Amino acid sequence: MSNPRAYRAAWLAAIVVVALGFGIALVKVFNDNLVFFYTPTQILSGEVPKGEKTYRLGGMVEVGSVQREADSLKVRFVVSDMNRKVPVEFNGIVPDLFKEGTGVVADGQWDGSTFVASEVLAKHDEDYMPPGVDK
Amino acid sequence: MISFISQFSLALATVLALFGAVAGFVAVRGVYVHEPAVPLLVSLQRNVLLVTSLVSVAFLGLICSFVLSDFSVRNVAENSNLALPVFYKVAASWGSHEGSFLLWVLMFAGWTQAVAWSGFEVSACFKVRVLATLQLVLVGFLLYLLTASNPFEYLNPTPVDGRDLNPLLQDIIMIIHPPMLYMGYVGFAVTFAFAVAGLLEGRFDMTWARWSRPWTNVAWAFLTVGIALGSWWAYRELGWGGWWFWDPVENASLMPWLAGTALIHSLAVSEKRGALRSWTLLLALTTFALSLLGTFLVRSGVLTSVHAFATDPERGVFILALLFIVVGASYILYALKTGEVGQGGSFKATGRESLLLSNNVLMSAALVAVMLGTLYPLVVEVIGGRKMSVGQPYFEAMFAPILLPAVLLMALGPDSRWRETRLAQYIKPGAVALGVAVLVLLGAALFNGHFSLLWAVGVVCAVFMAVATLAHAAVATRKAGAAAPESGLLYRIRRLSLSYWGMVLAHLGVAVFVVGVSWVKTFETETDAVLKPGETTEIGPWRVTFIGVDSVQRQNHVAALGVFELTRGDGTLIHLLEPEKRRYQSSEQIMTESAIHSDWFSDVYVSLGDAVQSSTSSGAWGVRLYYKPLINLIWWGCALMALGGLVTVFDRRYRPRKNGAMA
Repeated sequence: MSNPRAYRAAWLAAIVVVALGFGIALVKVFNDNLVFFYTPTQILSGEVPKGEKTYRLGGMVEVGSVQREADSLKVRFVVSDMNRKVPVEFNGIVPDLFKEGTGVVADGQWDGSTFVASEVLAKHDEDYMPPGVDK
Repeated sequence: MISFISQFSLALATVLALFGAVAGFVAVRGVYVHEPAVPLLVSLQRNVLLVTSLVSVAFLGLICSFVLSDFSVRNVAENSNLALPVFYKVAASWGSHEGSFLLWVLMFAGWTQAVAWSGFEVSACFKVRVLATLQLVLVGFLLYLLTASNPFEYLNPTPVDGRDLNPLLQDIIMIIHPPMLYMGYVGFAVTFAFAVAGLLEGRFDMTWARWSRPWTNVAWAFLTVGIALGSWWAYRELGWGGWWFWDPVENASLMPWLAGTALIHSLAVSEKRGALRSWTLLLALTTFALSLLGTFLVRSGVLTSVHAFATDPERGVFILALLFIVVGASYILYALKTGEVGQGGSFKATGRESLLLSNNVLMSAALVAVMLGTLYPLVVEVIGGRKMSVGQPYFEAMFAPILLPAVLLMALGPDSRWRETRLAQYIKPGAVALGVAVLVLLGAALFNGHFSLLWAVGVVCAVFMAVATLAHAAVATRKAGAAAPESGLLYRIRRLSLSYWGMVLAHLGVAVFVVGVSWVKTFETETDAVLKPGETTEIGPWRVTFIGVDSVQRQNHVAALGVFELTRGDGTLIHLLEPEKRRYQSSEQIMTESAIHSDWFSDVYVSLGDAVQSSTSSGAWGVRLYYKPLINLIWWGCALMALGGLVTVFDRRYRPRKNGAMA
């Protein structure tokens, strides 16, 4: 590597290879971890692509729909976007801001009749409104 | 009356700041090289003092309005009420959007004042340009306060009582978190102004880098504390046991931190070796730009809902416009002038410069990864695409491979030499440190019984780096006393510069942090359970017995107070844990107050869910329990990093010489 131009070219090549590797890894991991967001109407009208395993449901918790099972943490409620309604089942502790008549976001899977939530998300803001819900 | 005075002060401050900025930029062009610029500087310094005082008056006015519960001010009526304890009334001054921007402006003025008063040895012309730049940016934010986000807006009719301060914010940590964060954001404005002044003069010498360093370090230290406090708050208050959610709000503060970390290291190269000049300048501009971006993301409401942002865009658009003006103008200036700045000295691949450059590359990579994950969903939604979010696994998968090599390189840092290092230089200290790291890993693995790859790699990297850093410090301390063999330890420590000790502390902080993260990620356990009074459950090495729940009435809320007995495996009582579920009367908001028992470094964490109906007994509750081993190392690590940043500022070389400090 006595030739400064060859030295420089080697460095440049190394940098390009590393940058490319990083870029490819970045895009790959990024794509694998995108979580898409759907409204009840989209879910019920079959707009969710077949391959989508876990996704995010957003809407309003229907007033009077929250039911707690005795002796367990299981909670059932209905999420609506003022158009269609989706029943949701969740086994766990709901966040403080979870209330009937307010917005909610849940991660989970659709089993054909019920949205089984793996997580009901805490939103930092009480005025939060999920998109697709028109007041 | 108070609000009128405050508003008037803000308006006056805006006019004066604008005058100072314009006069400064115009007048300094007329100053010839040999003509003293000192009178101009002195008058500009007085102008800065006036502006700072006026902004302080406005801020004091806001605090008074809150303490006196003046509900004719909309901001007070919406964020305070009569039942709120005085302490929180004061804190509510910066709890709202408007108030927090006034705090932002106050801190900006404060930093400008500090620059005006500080006696760093650059030419008066340069200092005039720095102050004028700062004043100009301040005008932008003052205008924002006056037009789009007035903290003193009048409310008619005056309500009898106010709403309330968001209960989430009624916490001591949440009160100091925003000021710390803003001190960091705004502090980077000083480095930004230095860069702009340097570009304007087309001169970028080592003095520039030298005097930028303490300001950057302090800003970075504040930002570190601010981020750590925010994380600690989320951990204790949100009741979810997590300390970092990769939420866009958090990422917004992480981006300037990453850029700032890169800046600190490239400034070192620029100061000592005159190299990487253009890159350092670009980083200085970018770091402040990212601070503004962070402010925009958090404060414009764009994150809560792009939809809501689009329907009430006035504020967001104003900040976005400010962001574009500041960033655009400074980048154009950079593009025009960077050719004059030059690249500076050259160096070999084995030199310390290369190590510091690697830090910059890794930090930039991390920055790109965070930025993509934070902004991509927003951009897609704005252009009408599908609504989405980026999951935590993405960030974690990107960060570990970026951060861990950085930790390894940090181990080599102190042993490296400028320009060129013989590889033999690294081998002995490296081998010793690696040996210790592997031993620690084996010991810990035996002790814990099981382990994960991330944990093993994290612990080895962190211990390797910590040992190498400490070993270097020990050798350096011994050598420092070589000239005076009789000298004591303290003397020797003092012989080494505070910049050096700051670096040691900050790097050790990173090691401590990495150990904490590796441990928590691998060994934390979580249980959601339904407990009836008298029932016991196990979490980590602990047993937790549920005694029952009581109702307690307090000043502005009703609390369901749970009582849990914490016992070790052998049954000895250690502690009572009392988590709460609060209902705030004014807003009907529910708040979970978790109870945490810290056993040196590990936490047991209990929070109440909801009361559960039971067929067999009454008083059953849903309970969430966590065991978080070594989680406190995360905060201790951040504290060490921040301390390291602060210590460097007191280095002897930043002290102005007694004579001619003003010149």
